[in-house]
Amino acid sequence: MRWGEIIRRLVLIPPTLFGVCVIVFVLLRVVPGDPIAMMIPPGASAADIDRLRTFYGLDQSIPQQFITWFGQALSGDFGRSISLHQSVFELVLARLPATLELSAMATLIAVALGTVVALTGVYVRGRRAEWAIDGGIGVFLAIPDFLWALILLLLFGVLIPLLPITGRIDPQLDVTFKTNFYLVESLLTGRFDVASALFQHMILPALALALPFAALVARILKASLSEAEDQDYAQIARARGFSRPAILLREVFPNALIPTVALGGVQITLLLGGTVLVERIFSYEGIGNMAIDAVINRDFPLIQGLILTFAVLFIALNLAVDLLVTVLDPRLRHG
Amino acid sequence: MTAVLAVHDLHVAIGPRGRAANVLRGASLEVGAGEVRGLVGESGAGKSMLGRAVLGLLPANAVIAGGTIQFEGRDLLAMPEPERRSLLGRRIALIPQDPMTSLNPVKRVGAQISIMLRHHLALSKRDALERATELLTEVAIREPQRVLELYPHEISGGMRQRVLIAMAFACDPSLVIADEPTTALDVTVQRQVLQLVERLRQRHSAAVLFVTHDLGVVAKICRTMTVLHAGRVLEEGETVDVLAKPRHPYTRALLAATPRADRPAEALRPVPPALIESLWSEAHRLDGLAAAVPT
Amino acid sequence: MVDLAVSGPAQRPSRWQAGFGRGGQRLWLGSALVVLLFLVALLAPLLAPHDPIEQDLLSAQLPPAWMQGGEATFPLGTDSLGRCVLSRLMYAARTAVAVALIAASLAAIIGIAFGLIAGMFGGWIDQGVSRLIDVWMAFPPVLLSIVLAAVIGAGLTSVIAAIVVVDWTRFARVVRAETMVQLQRDYASAARALGLSRGQILRLEILPNLVPLIVTLFAVEMGIAILVEVILSFVGISVAGDIATWGGMIVEGRQVVYQAPWIMAFPIGCVILSVIGFNLLGDGLRAALDPVQRR
Repeated sequence: MRWGEIIRRLVLIPPTLFGVCVIVFVLLRVVPGDPIAMMIPPGASAADIDRLRTFYGLDQSIPQQFITWFGQALSGDFGRSISLHQSVFELVLARLPATLELSAMATLIAVALGTVVALTGVYVRGRRAEWAIDGGIGVFLAIPDFLWALILLLLFGVLIPLLPITGRIDPQLDVTFKTNFYLVESLLTGRFDVASALFQHMILPALALALPFAALVARILKASLSEAEDQDYAQIARARGFSRPAILLREVFPNALIPTVALGGVQITLLLGGTVLVERIFSYEGIGNMAIDAVINRDFPLIQGLILTFAVLFIALNLAVDLLVTVLDPRLRHG
Repeated sequence: MTAVLAVHDLHVAIGPRGRAANVLRGASLEVGAGEVRGLVGESGAGKSMLGRAVLGLLPANAVIAGGTIQFEGRDLLAMPEPERRSLLGRRIALIPQDPMTSLNPVKRVGAQISIMLRHHLALSKRDALERATELLTEVAIREPQRVLELYPHEISGGMRQRVLIAMAFACDPSLVIADEPTTALDVTVQRQVLQLVERLRQRHSAAVLFVTHDLGVVAKICRTMTVLHAGRVLEEGETVDVLAKPRHPYTRALLAATPRADRPAEALRPVPPALIESLWSEAHRLDGLAAAVPT
Repeated sequence: MVDLAVSGPAQRPSRWQAGFGRGGQRLWLGSALVVLLFLVALLAPLLAPHDPIEQDLLSAQLPPAWMQGGEATFPLGTDSLGRCVLSRLMYAARTAVAVALIAASLAAIIGIAFGLIAGMFGGWIDQGVSRLIDVWMAFPPVLLSIVLAAVIGAGLTSVIAAIVVVDWTRFARVVRAETMVQLQRDYASAARALGLSRGQILRLEILPNLVPLIVTLFAVEMGIAILVEVILSFVGISVAGDIATWGGMIVEGRQVVYQAPWIMAFPIGCVILSVIGFNLLGDGLRAALDPVQRR
């Protein structure tokens, strides 16, 4: 990707985000469901309701509301959550690291697992084991992340009570963190007992998110490896006396990585989207979980803030994937 | 003196069992030390398959149904795999056909050459780089250090072919199999490539099995030649003899069908279909006889 | 060119045989699962041992019959309100199949309409539709369906609407691409040359070729429909009240997963089997129908 293209992509981000804001804003206001009604205590007077409405600016016209919201957003103020009574910005910032840690762990697991399975599948090409691997990949692909979450919860949380199924950390544990990146911080500060506890809480939801993506990576990578192995340069490498495993890893894999990242990379946003339900199922305190509550409570400011956050993450991820493809493929680099 | 390469009565079939096509039916040939033998035949005659069989590059559904392939007296087919792999690339090398697809697109030229040198000759990284530079100079590539840092898509097809030739001779092989190396190139580049192959062959004292369908190339560079058709050797001998006084009607027809720049323009005379037909039915009949013979 | 094959005449299998051969085990397995699902859905009133909404609070949270504490009258146990799990599973199958069929049909109709229009007319109509699809697909499906279901309120209608709204693009994109490909085929140009109107071409040439593709997509779509219902149950937007749905059972079961894990486990199993069944069916159909069509 030339620099011009990168700049073009970066320049397009603000208008895209703006578009997302507008659409979400309008959609929410059009949707029936009054956030005020959701949060008033019984017996509130009409005057109270009106006062709340004015406080949250809901008595103004929609365009007016948007202008107010957008103006404040530009200066970093995303409003107050109607249901949680705190600054949206702070709420999102508090919970975002949890989701980021979870997604990062899930991605690492998925890539590692998918690569191993793909390499194995290519190695046993043509034999019956390949059919089994393909079948396995198919099954794992068919089951979405939230179903995996439920299955893993049942298997390793309840039937074989190996791991916890709620929250990010044991409530009994007496620790304080400076940042909200609990796992990273505990690893960096050497508190491995804490890290271990955190890991136990994260592993099931991370696996749930990882398994479908791992299957996808495995399928695409295996196909790319097979195709690349049939190319002339790989065949000729055999004529030069290199063993098949060496050729697969050294010559074929870097080539196969390119279409895999290109095709599979776009799907990584699905992994991020999966956090919504998976966090819910495991009561994991990330932004996904918060999003569901926000929708149920019609908490407009919070929903807007969260959707904006997800949009930014999606865009950043897509850009990162495209950059990665450019790094991997020398043919794309030069004008 | 043992021939460098001795193929004897090689039978190769390709395809699912029961419906396999016989691509080599008892082909035999020999290449002595320092000899340049041409292997000619039309497309589908089996000449590429022979080269591939020597290199162990037959497709997965190919079966060697009989015969031997001896390299410097050792049976390649009976050899254990690791031993054979130590020979390939080092004592037996390949110059592939298509320079556009024969180099790994995501690795630099220098890296691809050095990996070979370090694997077979156990050279250090620095020595390998030095030797790679020498090799590129041998194949008349100017600025070899610069080329080593480039990716294949950054150099021309002709230069890529020269890199491939350099890689073939890198470990001083005693046998080089050139698989139609000039087919994908235009005529002006062809001549340079042929000259290079000849020069390097002399420098490294290698024997060459030159697989091609172009009789003109054979005439230029091969001292001996073998004519292959339908998987069988029809004729072989010194090139001058074969081309001047072809014994087999097929060879004669092949020669007549070759367009010549030094003759007045005349209608191309293809090899007569009737001749092809008779050769094929002969081959089938022999196959049938062979199959009927209880083993 | 003479045919290289040597042995007996090749027997071409019939199209159906070839199709099923290619679809292979996936097709058989998928069909079996889907048929099983449909049968259970159809015959639920006959098969179910109890009324699915009948509560028996004295028999709440009974384990399955084969476990300790279970009763034979409740083969798969009861839930927190004493309702028979097996019966609810079967009736939930009815709901699932109904929702899947209706939603998939609607998504198909809308998607195919858009796809055909875009493919047939091209130009700025195509551009408009394509942009619409792109924007639509940019929204995360989970959030989109949640927001949408919030518009219509809880209930099966919103579930169906959510599925249709989220996934009609699946049909539209494929149909559009396929229509454009078909239009470029020779027989379409021939038909145009013969003077057939667009509508006639559509009906006679293109639609018949789209059918295999649409059937495959339909199977996949039904699997998705089942999953969306589960998702919406988690957000509290699926059916309310006593109507049994697998998603609802899962959500209820999640609350008591430590005390009575079977309440959640069995509907999960049903969902998995159904989704795998539809996926295998779609996969098998694609493998079986695709090459035949492409030839």
